[in-house]
Amino acid sequence: MPCGRDDALEDPRLSDVDEWGRSERFRALARSLYEPVYSKWFRVRWEGLEKIPDEGGALLVANHAGAIPSDAPVIMHGIEKELGRPVYGLADHFFRTVPVVGTLWARGGGVSARPANAYRLLREQGQLVLDFPEGTKGPSKSFTDRYQLRRFGRGGFVEIAMRAGVPIIPIAVTGSEEAMPVLFRLPAVAKVLGLPYFPVTANLLALGPLGVLVPFPAKFTLRVLDPVSFDVPPDQERYSKSRVMDEAERIRTLIQESVYDMLRGRRSVWLG
Amino acid sequence: MIQALETDPNLEMILGMGAHAPSVPFERAEFVRADQNYSIVNRIVKATQVDTILHTFMVTNSAGISNRRVHEINVIGTMNLLAAAGAPGSSVRHIVVKSSTLVYGSSARDPNTFGEDTPRSAPATHSIERALLEAESLVRDFSEDNPGTLVTVLRFANVLGPHLTTAISASLSRPLCPSIFGFDPLLQFVEEDDVVRALLHVTRGGIPGLYNVAGEGRLPWSEVAGICGSWRVPLSPYSPLKFHPLVRLFDLPPELGDLLRYGRGVDTRRLAATGFLYRATSAGAVESFIRAKRLRRAVGRAPTSYTYEYDVEQFFAHSPSVTGPAGT
Repeated sequence: MPCGRDDALEDPRLSDVDEWGRSERFRALARSLYEPVYSKWFRVRWEGLEKIPDEGGALLVANHAGAIPSDAPVIMHGIEKELGRPVYGLADHFFRTVPVVGTLWARGGGVSARPANAYRLLREQGQLVLDFPEGTKGPSKSFTDRYQLRRFGRGGFVEIAMRAGVPIIPIAVTGSEEAMPVLFRLPAVAKVLGLPYFPVTANLLALGPLGVLVPFPAKFTLRVLDPVSFDVPPDQERYSKSRVMDEAERIRTLIQESVYDMLRGRRSVWLG
Repeated sequence: MIQALETDPNLEMILGMGAHAPSVPFERAEFVRADQNYSIVNRIVKATQVDTILHTFMVTNSAGISNRRVHEINVIGTMNLLAAAGAPGSSVRHIVVKSSTLVYGSSARDPNTFGEDTPRSAPATHSIERALLEAESLVRDFSEDNPGTLVTVLRFANVLGPHLTTAISASLSRPLCPSIFGFDPLLQFVEEDDVVRALLHVTRGGIPGLYNVAGEGRLPWSEVAGICGSWRVPLSPYSPLKFHPLVRLFDLPPELGDLLRYGRGVDTRRLAATGFLYRATSAGAVESFIRAKRLRRAVGRAPTSYTYEYDVEQFFAHSPSVTGPAGT
């Protein structure tokens, strides 16, 4: 809403931080630093990127894995690099409470996962929003359960997309499980540290403390599936719960099938 | 505020009431120095038969004021005012309340922007937030009990401008300002002048309802400090603000601790829908403040040209010997 008056004062901004805390300049710097990881370490390959629209809002949902997941930065980097559109990533408000990391996360496009925030981004600002419906259930699962998608929450992501009147674009990811595989968890340590989970990863065993920062160089393949639209009116107070759950389960199955299909075609974990 | 009201020829009588003498001259408004004692307010309302009350004395910055005094002014003072306005046979038809976005609080669970109906994320812990929430609930009760009276509540974001001093403006005036290490929250401001204009807008227009008032856009605290040329001193994020020795240097109220961590954003479209146009964005408010500050630093504080003297004002107001305007 503008200062419409003739005697309006100027609006002197020094930085390009937007109302979400995201800074395009910071993102550009982050992308240039992450580029070697993206193209040389993970050798990311996309299929179906053209299905992501050039403008207008869309909710991107993907399977989530890896103790410290690399799928989120890879997806955001890839879309911003290839399509030139900003991506906002929804994550637990926990990030906001962490000093330094929380601020960097916000400057890179991290947004607290509140339905009100998602609605504003999708409906009013027409942005691309990335969500992982498995939540922490995805990354915390052990390697033995790899690629078996957990429950997609309570279908909240479907309701968000319905209310905002935007399509859901499912993305199936392979490579994330092997990048930082969880061997087992230590719930007692997690409680003491206040973390949602404390994983012991193969990286920790192989590299010691450095294993927290360094993922294995698994090859990442991401397949963008056809957008799912809902023939319901936007901006409704409530949506049929059974419809929401059905759609959530359907999308989860779509991604699951895609993941299995990609794994069948994958000759090697490291080379694709 | 009163000077702005004086320019309206439709207003027959303007009366200011407050604990401190005014610092600017009035042309035709009168001033009564009183606190928010119920019987005084009641007598004034009855005697003058005012039809509009602008309730602007609520405290929104608790620095240097005890919790009890904050409660006294915000809650008891509001209660007295509303009781006087709601008395049977009262002439009051419109009450405008200057409240604050402090009522939303500031926490990690907050949405990016608060609409007027968005609930808080967590119950209020700071006494000033509790006091303001209680004051607002008194106003809501009044509104229900007196359906014939218009009630407008304006929640103002942090105010910055050439004349006003607030906890934040005081911090930004010094070469060192506080910040919490590792946090760079987004803040929203409203310019001083827009505060007056918003109050005028709803008063003149007789617009009831609850509205957020803030400039467009949000700025990271680092940028605000940068515009004001102030260096940020990082305080530890792990100790509550009041235990930190540096806090005494900065004279920070406790509610600012949360604000400097998570910030706060409010949705202002409801007021814009009533036709209000802002003169300044959030960044514009910061700029307006620092420009005045720079001038004051450069030329030194000008001696105030006006001192309020009760007897002199009474003479101007009532003496038959005075034939022309009071002048300055």
